[in-house]
Amino acid sequence: MRLEPIARPSATRIAGLPALALVGTIAIAMALAALAGADPVHVIALIVKGAVGSSFALLETLNRATPLIFTGLAVAVAFRAKLWNIGAEAQLYLGAVATVALGTGALALPAALLIPMIMLASILAGAFMLLGPAFAKTHAGVDEVVTTLLLNFVVLLLVSYLLEGPMKDPAGMGWPKSERLVAEARLPRIVDGLRLHWGFGIALISAVLVWVMQTRTTLGYQIRAVGLNPKAAAFAGIPVSVVVIKTALISGGLAGLAGFSEVAGLKGSLTLDLSPSFGYTGIIVAMLALLNPLGVVASALFVAGVFVGADSMSRAVGVPSYIADILLASGLLFMVLTLMLTRYRVRWD
Amino acid sequence: MEILEILLSATFWTAAVRIASPLIFATMGELICERAGVLNLGIEGIMVAGAFTGWMAVYGGAGLWQGVLAAMVAGMAFGLVHAILTVPFGLSQHVVGLGITLLATSATYFTYRLLLPEVTSPPRIEPFAELPIPVLAELPVLGPALFSQTPLTYAAFSTVALTAFVLYRTPLGLALRAAGENPAAVEAQGLSVTGLRLGAVMVGSGLMAVGGAFLTLSAFNSFFFEMVNGRGWICIALVVFGAWRPGKALLGALLFAAFDALQIRLQQTGLGQVVPYQAFLMLPYLLSIAALVLMSRRAEVPAALMVPYNKGER
Repeated sequence: MRLEPIARPSATRIAGLPALALVGTIAIAMALAALAGADPVHVIALIVKGAVGSSFALLETLNRATPLIFTGLAVAVAFRAKLWNIGAEAQLYLGAVATVALGTGALALPAALLIPMIMLASILAGAFMLLGPAFAKTHAGVDEVVTTLLLNFVVLLLVSYLLEGPMKDPAGMGWPKSERLVAEARLPRIVDGLRLHWGFGIALISAVLVWVMQTRTTLGYQIRAVGLNPKAAAFAGIPVSVVVIKTALISGGLAGLAGFSEVAGLKGSLTLDLSPSFGYTGIIVAMLALLNPLGVVASALFVAGVFVGADSMSRAVGVPSYIADILLASGLLFMVLTLMLTRYRVRWD
Repeated sequence: MEILEILLSATFWTAAVRIASPLIFATMGELICERAGVLNLGIEGIMVAGAFTGWMAVYGGAGLWQGVLAAMVAGMAFGLVHAILTVPFGLSQHVVGLGITLLATSATYFTYRLLLPEVTSPPRIEPFAELPIPVLAELPVLGPALFSQTPLTYAAFSTVALTAFVLYRTPLGLALRAAGENPAAVEAQGLSVTGLRLGAVMVGSGLMAVGGAFLTLSAFNSFFFEMVNGRGWICIALVVFGAWRPGKALLGALLFAAFDALQIRLQQTGLGQVVPYQAFLMLPYLLSIAALVLMSRRAEVPAALMVPYNKGER
C-alpha cells in the first residue's frame, strides 16, 4: 500500500475521521469495562459523572488540569520546534524544589514580593533542567529523547535525597516530606471557599502568552521554521541552535511552573508523589491539542476529567482506574492515525 | 582497597552478567528495529508487558520456556501495532512509541489488577535455576560469571551472536540494513521495505519483551509495578553507545551492568556511610547520559532512521 496526498479533503473526511477516533476510543473503554465484569454503559456514565457531575467533581477536575496545562504547554512549545522534551517530569520536580527552597522561611517578604520571586525561581529551575539536554543536542548531536528521559530518574532520586536529608521536615515523623510553605508563599484561592487556587489562573495566562509568542512574535515564527525543516531554516538565516536553546528555556520554565503551582497552590509541601506522571501525561495533552497552546487548555481539562472520573468510577464499581491510561493512550494513537488519514488516501497497489 | 576486592570477586562478575542479561535482549531488539529504520520508543512499555505476561503464564501453570514464549508473543503484538502505525502509515515514531509505552504499561497494570484483585504482595513462582556448564564453570572468577548462569542468560548471549550473524552474513540482514540506510535501493531490488521493517519491529519487540520476562522469570521470582524502572530507555542509550553494532552493544551492556553491580556493592562499603545511597542509584543513569554524549559525535546513525518510506514519493 502507499499513501497519496489529498489536495482538498472533504468536510466529511475532516470531521468524520476524528469522530471515528473518539468512537473507537470509547468502544475500547467499554470493552475493557465489560472485561472487568461491569456494565459498560454504566461505567462510561460514572466516569462522566465523576468528572463533571457535581461542583466538587468539577473543581477536582480543574485542579487536576492545572499542572497538566503547564506540562502540556511545555511539551507543545518544545515539540513545535521538534525538540523532544520528555523530561517535563524532572523539570516539574526541580521547580517544586526551588519553590520549597525559597518558600519555607528562607525569605521573609510579603506575599506580593515573595510569590513572584518563587515563581521566577521555579521557572529558572525548570529551564536549567532542560538546558543540558538542549546544549547536548545542538552542540554534540546527542538525542534529547534519551537524555531527558533518563534525567527524570536522576531528579527523582535527587528529590528523594533532599527529602530524606537537607529538606526533610523535622516534624515529619520520619516521613520523607519537606517543611510546609509559609503563608506568604501560598497561592490564594481564586474564590473564597472554593477549592481552586490561582495556579489555574496562572496556567490560563501562560497558555495565552504562549499562544501570543507562537503566533505574533519573530521567535514563534522561527520556532515553527526550525520544527518544519531545520536545514531550510538555517539556510534562511535563522540561528537554529539559538532558537532550540530559547525553546528549551521556555519549555523547561513552563514545566517548572507546574511544580511551583502544585506545591504553592495545592499541596503546601513537597513529597515524592507530588506528580503522578504529570510530565509524561503532558505529552498526551499536547498531542491531543495538536500542539496548539489554547487547545492545550481544552485537552488538559479533558484528560484531567478522564482521570478524575475514572478514579471516582473505580471507587464505585471496582474497574481498575488504569482504564483511564489505556483510554488516553489508545485515544492518542487513534487520533494521530485518523488525522493523517484526513490528509492522505490509502492506495492498495 | 575495597574496590579491588569487589572487582576480583566471582560474585561481582556473576551479578554483572545477570544484570546485563535483560538489557542484552532488549538492546538487541531495539538495535534490530533501528537498523531497519524504525526508532522503537515502545521499548519500556513492551518490557513491562513482557515481564508480566511471562510471569503470569508461569503462575497460571505454564512451563518457564512457555512463559518466555508468551512474553515474546505479547511483545510482538505490541510491536505489530507500533509497526503498522509507523511503517505503512508513516506516523511520528516518537509519538507512536511513547503511546505504545503508555498503552502497554497501563494495559499490563489493568490486567494485573483484574487477574489478581485481592493480593497485597504479588505471588511468587519458581524461576529458572542456574545451569552450570561442566568444567567451564570451574574456571576462576569468569567461570561462575559466564558459565554458571540461568539458561535465559545463555540465550541472551546467543541472541547477540545470532543477531550479528543474520545482520552481517545473510541476504536478509543485508536487506534489513539497507532498509535503514537506503530504502529506495531495497525497493529497486524488488524487496518490500514495508515488509522488512514490519518484520524487524515485530522481532525486535519480541526480544524486548523477553528482556522484560528475564526480570520476572530469572532475576526475580515475581512481578511488581515499576520493576522495569527505565531499563528500556537505558537500552536505547546502549544502542547508540554500541554504534548500532551487536558486539559493541553487548560490550556496552556488560560495562553498564558492571557499574550497576559495583554501585550496589559500594553502598555496603565505607563510602556508603558518607555518600547518600541515592547518589549511587543515580550513577547508572548518569553513566548512560555520559556515554551518549561521548559517543554521539562520531556514531554512524542509520541514514534512514525515523524517515518513513512511502512508495512513489521522493
